[in-house]
Amino acid sequence: MMSDITSQSLTSLVKNIKDKKLSSEEITKAFVDRSEKSKELNSYITEDFSNAIKKAKKFDQSPNLDLKLPGIPMAVKDLFCTKNLRTTAGSKILENFIPTYESTVTQNIWNEGSILLGKLNCDEFAMGSSNETSFYGNVQNPIDKDLVPGGSSGGSASAVSGQLTPITIGTDTGGSIRQPASFTGTVGLKPTYGSCSRYGIVAFASSLDQAGPMAQNVEDCALLQEVISTYDTKDSTSIEFKRNHYSKELNKDIKGKKIGIPKEYRVEGMPKEIEELWQKGIQYAKDCGAEIIDISLPHTSYALPTYYIVAPAEASSNLARYDGVKYGFRAKGENLIDMYEKTRSEGFGAEVQRRIMIGTYVLSSGYYDAYYLKAQKVRKLIKNDFDEAYKKVDAILTPSTPSSAFKIGEKKDDPVSMYLNDIFTVPVNLAGLPAMSIPAGHDANGYPLGLQIIGKAFDEQGILNISYAMEDKINFKNKITDWWIK
Amino acid sequence: MSIDLKTIKHISKLSRISVDDQKAEKLAGDLNSIFKFIEKLNELNTDNVEPLTSVAETTLKFRTDEVQSENIRDQIIKNSPEDNEDFFVVPKVVE
Repeated sequence: MMSDITSQSLTSLVKNIKDKKLSSEEITKAFVDRSEKSKELNSYITEDFSNAIKKAKKFDQSPNLDLKLPGIPMAVKDLFCTKNLRTTAGSKILENFIPTYESTVTQNIWNEGSILLGKLNCDEFAMGSSNETSFYGNVQNPIDKDLVPGGSSGGSASAVSGQLTPITIGTDTGGSIRQPASFTGTVGLKPTYGSCSRYGIVAFASSLDQAGPMAQNVEDCALLQEVISTYDTKDSTSIEFKRNHYSKELNKDIKGKKIGIPKEYRVEGMPKEIEELWQKGIQYAKDCGAEIIDISLPHTSYALPTYYIVAPAEASSNLARYDGVKYGFRAKGENLIDMYEKTRSEGFGAEVQRRIMIGTYVLSSGYYDAYYLKAQKVRKLIKNDFDEAYKKVDAILTPSTPSSAFKIGEKKDDPVSMYLNDIFTVPVNLAGLPAMSIPAGHDANGYPLGLQIIGKAFDEQGILNISYAMEDKINFKNKITDWWIK
Repeated sequence: MSIDLKTIKHISKLSRISVDDQKAEKLAGDLNSIFKFIEKLNELNTDNVEPLTSVAETTLKFRTDEVQSENIRDQIIKNSPEDNEDFFVVPKVVE
């Protein structure tokens, strides 16, 4: 049965290939077939299905079963450059862009035997929390019709949750892996800044961007993290450190681990069900033998305002490269300047233009000290909060988001209310720490809710283990009805 | 403070994004609500705080200064909206 294949975890598919119970072709065809039937989700921007099947057949002819992802098909967020396959970053301005090189993270994945299925939808240049800023249309959340999948890795979350790909990668600048994972009942990991190479990832805010795995469970997430996290000389901020064999060293023994509960995350107006979920999470952690410690992260409420200076500032600089000359869309203009201005006005969507304008303003002469320098100082205070907390605890437990998924269109016209979605995820990016979201319960509508586990820098193994232990106690079941399949 | 239309036009010029009056009005509204939210940072005294320049407490690695010429002109030109096989082509800039 095809559906038996697509409902399997990555770990189980790898085992079946290694035991020769399934071929790469059978698995790839099953995911292609389900993806074909799932067009209504709009998870993909670009499909590469016939090539994927060809590559699977080729893999089966002389399978290398020592690889970590042998013959496993995988769709990836359309922010990763894939050689000879269109990469749009969800933008009109890159509608015809075909990279001549491969991102390091995706190259690592193909080196371990995985096969590219296609490129997944995302908010334009990863700027958004609902996938509604994509030039290629809204993405449906498999949980319910007309529900956002979160963002910016919305297509990725939708595709894993809807079983169109066994696993995927996203990127996380302010919560873009963890928030959509939380909205779709899936697991997402944002690694420590410098853990995964940024080479070949379309840049948004370079001091915050990180790639990371999104999966159906913690074990799968650990395996993919092991594949994608490598030191890379092509990324000047890539960091050399001892990387664990995350999947081999995964274990549920977290007895005596100290887990901090930051009181500042109890924000005003937070729905009761989020508070209840958090309390349940605390109980699960205790049941696993962890010690719960109250902590304080006093500058938490300053994280979002800081982020909305730092991220747009970096974005305005990064996106200056889209000028209609070297690659991408070009509008006709009367002269060079007119061509630049029309190209960028017609090529970028409203949210991207808004952020470029904010960034340009905070960096402009006379305002730099008041905004950008101020934000970098507050960013230091936010990082200091975490440094202090980690003298007392091994990890921190919070809700992933202040609410469950919302309806398409609900927050689209109110940027500040959209930004508030990332209130629990943004501090982590500002401090460069690793964090995971794991599904932990449902709200009254049956929509999934996630818990976030934040770790010390480079302690991906620590938070993977805590998540693994808690996942076992939570025993979450995603409620997917396949409503979109006719 | 509030961002007026004149400021929006100035930022749009710096950003090289053309903005008509209707769009400028909308942007002014959006940016004012965002900056109102950002003003919260003024509650904090940061006089004696060093700005954060990098989250990683490691120094950037130096590499040897070597030319790595791979002769990839074709690849670089490949995605340009207009070229003459050797160069990018832009509207006339010199009279």
